[in-house]
Amino acid sequence: MLRFAPILTIVLMIGPVSAGLIGTVLPAFGILPALGGTTPSLDPWQALFAQPGLGASIRLSFVNGLIATAISVAIVMLFCAAWQGTRIFRAMQRVLSPILSVPHATAAFGLAFLIAPSGWIVRLVAQFAGWDRPPDIAIIHDPWGMALIAGLVAKEIPFLFLMTLSALPQADTDRTAQVTATLGYGKTAGWFKATLPRVYPQIRLPVLAVLAYSTSVVDVAIILAPTTPAPLAVRILGWLSDPDLGLRFMASSAAVLQLLIVIAAMVVWIAGERIIGALGHHWAEDGHRFRKDSAVRGASALLALVAAGAVVLGLVVLLVWSVAGFWAFPDLLPRGFSLRLWARELDAIGSSLTTTLLIGIPAVLVAVTLVLGCLENEVRTGKAAGRRAMLLIYLPLLVPQISFMFGLQVFFTLLGLERTLLSVVLGHLVFVAPYVFLSLSEPFRALDPRYGQTALCLGASPARTFWLVRLPLLTRAVLTAAAVGLAVTVGQYLPTLLIGAGRFATVTTEAVALASGGDRRMIGIYGLLQMVLPFVGFALALLLPAVLFRNRRGMGAQNKG
Amino acid sequence: MRSRMRTFVSALALATGIAATSLSTPAFADPAPDVGNWQSVLDQARGQTVYWHAWGGEPRINDYIAWAGEQVRERYGVEVVQVKLTDTADAVTRVLSEKTAGVDDGGAVDMIWINGENFAAMKRNDLLFGPWAEQTPNFAYVDVEGKPTVVNDFTVPTDGLEAPWGMAQVSFYYDTAKLDEVPKSAQELLEWLVKHPGRFTYPQPPNYMGSTFLKQILTELVEDPSVLQQPADETDAQATLAPLWGYLEDLQPLLWRDGQAYPQNGASMRTLLADNEVDIAFSFSSGEVSSAIEAFELPDTVRSYVFENGTLGNTNFVAIPYNASAKAGAVVLADFLMSPEAQLRKQDPQYWGADTVLAMDKLPKDMQEAFANLDLGIASLAPSERGTVLPEPHPSWMSLVETEWQKRYGVVQ
Repeated sequence: MLRFAPILTIVLMIGPVSAGLIGTVLPAFGILPALGGTTPSLDPWQALFAQPGLGASIRLSFVNGLIATAISVAIVMLFCAAWQGTRIFRAMQRVLSPILSVPHATAAFGLAFLIAPSGWIVRLVAQFAGWDRPPDIAIIHDPWGMALIAGLVAKEIPFLFLMTLSALPQADTDRTAQVTATLGYGKTAGWFKATLPRVYPQIRLPVLAVLAYSTSVVDVAIILAPTTPAPLAVRILGWLSDPDLGLRFMASSAAVLQLLIVIAAMVVWIAGERIIGALGHHWAEDGHRFRKDSAVRGASALLALVAAGAVVLGLVVLLVWSVAGFWAFPDLLPRGFSLRLWARELDAIGSSLTTTLLIGIPAVLVAVTLVLGCLENEVRTGKAAGRRAMLLIYLPLLVPQISFMFGLQVFFTLLGLERTLLSVVLGHLVFVAPYVFLSLSEPFRALDPRYGQTALCLGASPARTFWLVRLPLLTRAVLTAAAVGLAVTVGQYLPTLLIGAGRFATVTTEAVALASGGDRRMIGIYGLLQMVLPFVGFALALLLPAVLFRNRRGMGAQNKG
Repeated sequence: MRSRMRTFVSALALATGIAATSLSTPAFADPAPDVGNWQSVLDQARGQTVYWHAWGGEPRINDYIAWAGEQVRERYGVEVVQVKLTDTADAVTRVLSEKTAGVDDGGAVDMIWINGENFAAMKRNDLLFGPWAEQTPNFAYVDVEGKPTVVNDFTVPTDGLEAPWGMAQVSFYYDTAKLDEVPKSAQELLEWLVKHPGRFTYPQPPNYMGSTFLKQILTELVEDPSVLQQPADETDAQATLAPLWGYLEDLQPLLWRDGQAYPQNGASMRTLLADNEVDIAFSFSSGEVSSAIEAFELPDTVRSYVFENGTLGNTNFVAIPYNASAKAGAVVLADFLMSPEAQLRKQDPQYWGADTVLAMDKLPKDMQEAFANLDLGIASLAPSERGTVLPEPHPSWMSLVETEWQKRYGVVQ
């Protein structure tokens, strides 16, 4: 049974993605019988390349994705280098973890309410400057897409930081730091020269996932990115929802183009890795100690703090908006407060939370089971077997959602599975399983094999060893992975709507529908509601091990990973 | 791997191909209701669940839809579930992908709130069930004579494929505490903007509201508005559109953000007015402005007005896809939505505030009085204050204007 876990997992990931891609590629070349497209043609591509501003859209997606990723990675690495092992580092850990439970769109709305010309920061300035009108300047939707980059960076830093955290224990960082310090290296330089080369390979996949996401993001881009023209993914969505059904062909070729852009961005990124690796090699060996690094350390702490602070303050503005009466510019606070909208949404909230869990819990359970199956199989068969093959599990994170979601909808309809809970759960699983794998595989592989070996020597069966030794030791890692998975399923909009045919009203589908009405109070309410379930998930992942192992100090330590 | 892939591709192509030409009917097919025989429609509808795909951005509208659902459940045993959309085109896409997959019966969408281009596209691609709308009992109350748009959706004859649900007319709004005088024509708007640069904008086409603004200007500036009632390709379109582009040449640099950025829809334009970023905005329903005031989205000093020479007006409808699973249930629901009782509640700004499609003189006396006694809300325009309703141009003009606009102004970088 266990033997089949890897192949089953891969099929469940690859199947839907490739089916979806086929459903996109065929119309891209003119094949879509329902609209009379029966002969292959290049017309959709010609139509696409005739679109005004296509080059600018491509540039926005490509360049901004790369820049946002580079900045996020740089800040996280710099912060880890400067502060690892200090009290500030542990404090940051506590601040950043909850931010993971903030959905991208919520964070983006919060940021927009903060930095827009009519946002909180400008209102504060206006108090002193005496403005009664917001300045007519483009801070969000700015032509360079800087607001988009800021929004992505603020949200990706916590993710990359936590991924780095789980990679650190295997890099033997504490002793490395002692050695570099003894040799007279500054803390930051020592980390970059000795630890980074061992940590980066482990977080490379999450980094590439961030790159793919940033290059093809839709929701954050709608809120923050320029619109004349918009990044490619946003325009694809527009073409897909154009009343002129003939545009579906061109939209499909654009979706294929989007995939190519993501691939190109990855190629550039990997080339950059090589170059920096080669240069860094010399730099690491040149013997410079960089002993005075307090400026760098201060800057890195400030950057991380600003990123985290922006998200947290954004959430505070959302909260204020959700209870606001009329709130004129440049008032710092609304003229009145009201819980009316919260009260009115209460009923709907209950049922949408239930639906969210109805999809989320099975998806997370299946994902965790599959991933544990794959990893346990790895242990029992000796690692080499499928590590490479398991990389395929990440495919759904690297292929832009918009490039295969519409094809996937047709695929499930063909199978007759559309609108069933089963298909929605399967659709979510495609996105949940990679993240669960991402957050569970490192702790699992890092677990000291001698625990298992001892149990086996004492005569326990492999199954018993798994259930009574490995799994309890990994309690916290498993729960954290499940919480990450839950956060992912809660945030799914397109898969829920498209595969579920609107039969499943989750917190997120409700939030997105109501956000289209533009009332910032509703955006505030549902933005915060979207956080509730992931937040509870992360809290449980922290609390349960503490309660379960309250009498076992050693387990606590092990579970800290 | 490659050969397996190829097998899969051909299987998929085959499946779509076969499915599209398939004549077989699955067992769960919903037979087309015989709308002429109303009792049989009611019998068939009982026990059905209607999945109504409707824009879900406004809590008040969602509440109204929920109320209508309760009513038809109690009266006719029909369950109604609103599928809340961000964009009507999502429902169109769904029907289309079902057709692609050969699901010609038992589709996911039973009813769509629709009009204009979306309707034209579905009608053109044979994605609608019908005709049915004009045989329903309550259609008798509809003001076909006084409101010709109830059977001509953006000039496209509805042919009974959709039932009228509400009327809409462009109206502008502004904060009376900040402005004393407002521009009341396209030309005045331009002159006003010269004096107040940056204080007006419109949603970025192809957003519906943005395109509507362009059509409003076009209708005002064009020499012979009747040209716009014909499909664009049957006329000298370039010459017809020339005044619009000339006007925009002057207008664009005066817009908010110098025309480099736009609000994405009517709602975000409303937000700009609330934040004092612009002075004048517009919507398709003055009742919506009253609702926004009540929801604290706008200050209570905001009022609506229309242009002197009239503003564009149209009708919105409900339609049933060709492959709907609960056609009879959808017909019953649509009929209820046209009933005087449902239309009265819809016009009441306490619940929604959207104009009725019914003819007052066709209604029973007590209903006429009930409509006359409605308190329309502080920023709503009474029928007498609305001036001339200008007809929507043929949908082909909209596509043409949107494409050309995108070329000229959609790319500023």
